[in-house]
Amino acid sequence: MRRVLVAMSGGVDSSVAAGLVKAAGDEAIGVWMRLHDVADSYSEFKRSCCSLDAAEDARRVAAQLDIPFYIFNLEREFDEGVLQPFLHAYLEGRTPSPCVDCNSVVKFGTLLGRARFMYECEAVATGHYARVESGPDGYRLLRGRDPKKDQSYFLYGLGQEELAHTQFPLGEFTKPQVRDVARSLGLATADKPDSQEICFVPRGDYREVLRDRAGWQAEPGPVVDFDGTNVGEHFGAAGYTVGQRHGVGVALGEVRYVFEIDAPANRIRLGRREDLMTRTFEVEQVSFVAGGPPATAPDEPEGSFRAEVQIRHGGRTCAAVVRPAGAGRWTVTTEEPVWAAAPGQAAVFYRGDAVVGGGRIVRPDHPAAG
Amino acid sequence: MPIYLDHAATTPLRREALDAMLPFLTVDFGNPSSLHGPGRRARAGLDDAHERLARAIGAEPREIVLTSGGTESNNLAVKGAAWAGKARGHRIITTAVEHHSIGHTVRYLEKFGFEIVEVPVDRYGRVDPDDIEAAITSKTILVSVMLANNEVGTIEPIAEIAARVHRHKGILMHTDAVQAAPYLPIDVTALDVDLLSLAAHKFEGPKGMGALYVRHGTNILAQEQGGAQERYRRAGTENVAGAVGMAAALEMTVREQPETVARLVNLRERLAGALRSLPDVEQTGHPSERLPGLASFLARGLDGAAVTTALDLAGLACSTGSACVTASTEVSHVLTAMGYPDDEARGSLRLSLGRSTTTDEIDEAVRMVAQTIGLQRQAVAKLQAQELVMAATRLPQPVQRVESEAAGE
Repeated sequence: MRRVLVAMSGGVDSSVAAGLVKAAGDEAIGVWMRLHDVADSYSEFKRSCCSLDAAEDARRVAAQLDIPFYIFNLEREFDEGVLQPFLHAYLEGRTPSPCVDCNSVVKFGTLLGRARFMYECEAVATGHYARVESGPDGYRLLRGRDPKKDQSYFLYGLGQEELAHTQFPLGEFTKPQVRDVARSLGLATADKPDSQEICFVPRGDYREVLRDRAGWQAEPGPVVDFDGTNVGEHFGAAGYTVGQRHGVGVALGEVRYVFEIDAPANRIRLGRREDLMTRTFEVEQVSFVAGGPPATAPDEPEGSFRAEVQIRHGGRTCAAVVRPAGAGRWTVTTEEPVWAAAPGQAAVFYRGDAVVGGGRIVRPDHPAAG
Repeated sequence: MPIYLDHAATTPLRREALDAMLPFLTVDFGNPSSLHGPGRRARAGLDDAHERLARAIGAEPREIVLTSGGTESNNLAVKGAAWAGKARGHRIITTAVEHHSIGHTVRYLEKFGFEIVEVPVDRYGRVDPDDIEAAITSKTILVSVMLANNEVGTIEPIAEIAARVHRHKGILMHTDAVQAAPYLPIDVTALDVDLLSLAAHKFEGPKGMGALYVRHGTNILAQEQGGAQERYRRAGTENVAGAVGMAAALEMTVREQPETVARLVNLRERLAGALRSLPDVEQTGHPSERLPGLASFLARGLDGAAVTTALDLAGLACSTGSACVTASTEVSHVLTAMGYPDDEARGSLRLSLGRSTTTDEIDEAVRMVAQTIGLQRQAVAKLQAQELVMAATRLPQPVQRVESEAAGE
């Protein structure tokens, strides 16, 4: 019997994950992570996975499954590894990827480390829709079977060491099947609605988080159209995201999107839909599931590899060539244009169902916008 | 079965108490306020409980107000005395190491204009009676000091404090005897207190049952309004079975106390002696003036919550010092008041023995704690090494808040 720590959020997915670990004959230990002070509020943030209500739901499920249950405080790690990068990203005009950071730094970083070394666990299990497969070349990270729920995009930061001690019990399941299992086990969370938002953004408004946690004070600044004409004023550059539809387009008689955020100048630039199309962008902070990049095919330039790239969760993939650009950066060139490759956003490389690795978009090249 | 060394959190209900309670949960279920036979039988049980509880602490039956537990007793004592004394003064003196049912209650009263003075404690958690007396002014209406601390087991010099307090007219002296009652002789005359709180579940009585001793002639304002129960001091239909169970448990506890105490002091020393010899482990609280069954420690460099979690998985139930379900990063206010810095206070560990604790259990507990602390130290070293690697790959510095207040730790 292996001892497996199950990260339980209080939602149905991780509840079922705990149930499946136990059903597999392993010693399951339920843990709810206290990640930030939003956890101090009862009920107010009902839909969020991080209120104490959620902890109580997780506790209830653990009791139903008759497994030990603990609350771990990982506020410091979450702040350093997820919240601060999130705030930095917005304040610097980038799009953050907090769920990627949370998996890399918190769940499969600190939590996994604690599970293994402090509590002698073999693995951490989560309710992610993804699969781990071990083979002759080590561990592979695969998409979840349910295409609608697949969460492998958020997990690209995991390497061999992490995957060797990771279980995704829901990987072979679809969401409706997971609900069925929850009901058949009589779990208290069987019919709990899915959470959609980022757990530390209680009302879905990240600007409030910027104000509360970073002391952001919105200052109006210029809005410039793609051709350089000044078309109005915005309320504060950090409050915008690349790809967001911009209201000024209505007045111009044509839809406009946020094309570029220049945080130091507090200026946002708009573009037409086609302006946000790109075929080339650079990525940094790159990691590979296998530990290194895939082998280069004989007919390709040295060091490069082919993969399908996906630039947002649930987004489409596009065939691409990935070439080393020096200084830890890689250049991604896609066969078809992709839309709104925002700086900061994660670009994940796949080969079929397998995650090859990924990184953060630095600077897209937009031919249409000049 | 895991080894249970968390008797300061709660104890099992003893058989004699359960046996005494059962008739009042079944056949003699009446409401003590009813005039009929079933009501009278319940009333008789309740009166009997008052008498026996009073006798056990050297009080009169009418000086006992039954409550739902230690928290309610403390609330009733402090709020009741505060509101009743408001015409005379507004100053309440307490200590920095009280249970939250005192500490949070006085903070609440502060919002209504009461002035709260928290007297400091020494490195062992002891209050100096001189400090209490020095804090007394003509506006003081209440002094509340616990008889023994729940986290580190230090016994406070209540009789001495009460003597100083009663040199001044019109100041009520309250003591929270919830932790002390199982192990210290409670005599309200010897202690010279006006108010004293008890909780049944700390001495193998039922949960949800407590009492407040209110000395004859002491004016406190009831905190529940309703019927005439408990001589208008606590409205609400009485928990007759609970009262009977509490009385039975306290009587037995008092009778067995000399023997229990002698045995537990030996067992505690066996445990504490072994754990004190571990590297970087320090005993907290007073070396001699402490509860017989309570051993408290600091394991430097470790997280007490992680240690107790690992011990739970290994089969030993103990705690960091106070029951905290939400895993907040706040450290114990008791250890802080005793002068321990946060990073040391975080390593707190409390093992509290009970009447049923055996020598074998103590020896097994010593082995488990020593092994767990060793494993935790190794784990911390590994995790620190890992974090160094991660930190190198991490880009951002924490965002500086624009406001002056610091962002986190």
